Amino acid sequence: MMVTLHLNGLKVSLEEGATLLDAAKFLGFPIPTLCHMEGLSPYGACRLCVVEIGEGENAKLVSSCTYPVQEGLKIRTASSRVLRARRMILELLLASCPQSRTIQDLASAHGIRIQRFRQEHEDCILCGRCVRMCEEQMMAKAIGFRGRGQARSIGTPFDIKSDVCRLCGGCMYICPACQLRCTYSEPERAVCGGCANLMSPCVEMENFDDLMCYMDPCVACEIHKD
Amino acid sequence: MKKEIVQSILKKNDGSRSGLISILEDIQAKQGYLSEDALRMVAEKTKRSLVDVYAVATFYKAFSLQPRGKHLISVCLGTACHVRGGPTVARGFEKNLSIKAGETTHDKEFTLETVNCLGACALGPVAVVDGHYFPKMKTSGVPGIIEKTRVGLDHVEIDTDQRVFPVEVSCARCNHSLMDPRHPIDGHPSIRVTVSFGHKHGWLALSSLYGSYNVASEYEIPTDAVAHIFCPHCHAELIGGAKCGECGAPMVPMIVRGGGVVQICARRGCKGHMLDLIGTTIG
Repeated sequence: MMVTLHLNGLKVSLEEGATLLDAAKFLGFPIPTLCHMEGLSPYGACRLCVVEIGEGENAKLVSSCTYPVQEGLKIRTASSRVLRARRMILELLLASCPQSRTIQDLASAHGIRIQRFRQEHEDCILCGRCVRMCEEQMMAKAIGFRGRGQARSIGTPFDIKSDVCRLCGGCMYICPACQLRCTYSEPERAVCGGCANLMSPCVEMENFDDLMCYMDPCVACEIHKD
Repeated sequence: MKKEIVQSILKKNDGSRSGLISILEDIQAKQGYLSEDALRMVAEKTKRSLVDVYAVATFYKAFSLQPRGKHLISVCLGTACHVRGGPTVARGFEKNLSIKAGETTHDKEFTLETVNCLGACALGPVAVVDGHYFPKMKTSGVPGIIEKTRVGLDHVEIDTDQRVFPVEVSCARCNHSLMDPRHPIDGHPSIRVTVSFGHKHGWLALSSLYGSYNVASEYEIPTDAVAHIFCPHCHAELIGGAKCGECGAPMVPMIVRGGGVVQICARRGCKGHMLDLIGTTIG
């Protein structure tokens, strides 16, 4: 069945079951995403893809990656309220993971120039991409969420190597927070790959001649200096 | 870890993929904590991944992955208790037990935890020790509570407590008295019966005080074993139709002198019992 809705004033018909994010993509309206990924189930963790639905007093913000299309729905993808919310989310993400290039790029694209919040330097924004990758694409379920609230973290049960982990590296590959360190499968873009290889690529310089390292301080460099 | 305990709990919850929490609750109640082996077994038997089981076990505060102490002290730090000095009380317990909140003492006697609200705000600051509520706590009361808990909060002074009284019972079939003055328990004549479990057969002496669970027996009866109790005189099995309201094991009926029936649960460790008095006249 087809569903007709109004997106930024334009009428669009979509297959039932599609999400608002699909609708926006279909019409070419850009919506920034972070925890969303093609091939993984929608999760709605990062809230970066918020859009405004409804009109007047009933208007509310929803995450477009998890909201299914509805007949006659009025959606605004770039209202001032949406942009304000997105900027705030990005500022908070930037404060918790300032070293992530993905987040830096997104923040920059949204015109964030100053950092108002204290930097936390967390390694993880709990977007759950790696958890879904492990379960849905690698069929392993080696890592998952643990604890709750402030103590929530991602990892293996009991913090020991999981029996079902095949060391595929998929979790690191799609991680938006540690991406800078983990693009080892593409040597020309690799910075270090130290997390995947005991012998980091910057040490084998013959393979990575054009390598520029942003890692400072770098554990591998410190070890091989002597 | 007792593998069999976990296995029996899993068997009880057999067949359904729902009910993970109730399985974990049962293990937590039996073992006092969720061991790694137990979680692995649960994951395997319920066909879940270990990650999912671990996520649930770490999500709820009711579950603990570390062994807990024999006594659990919860100090409330909810809003009402907080403004009335809950944190001071918590510090008092920490100082007295030399542990931090969330830790267990070295002798595995006490576990101290802080909770966010116990729903007893009018009693604040409140602390709960093994299910006993201590309202309007002061730090000066802390050592007393710890001392009382060491002895056992359920400890009853037999001589002074009026909730405990002796009963005299006889066999429901031959009406022969079961009282044995030669082997007193709790300072009163014991109830002497014959007990049979597994392949063992021997004597069992029960306290005749209603409310006391003290027993002596020829062979140690394992906890949770359901024993068969026989009259030592007519050798008939003491068994009625009733089932224990606590655990479902058969109840053992005995005639109370003065009229009435007392029933005790045949399962070792189960405290299910019932006193049915009829035809007594107080004159």
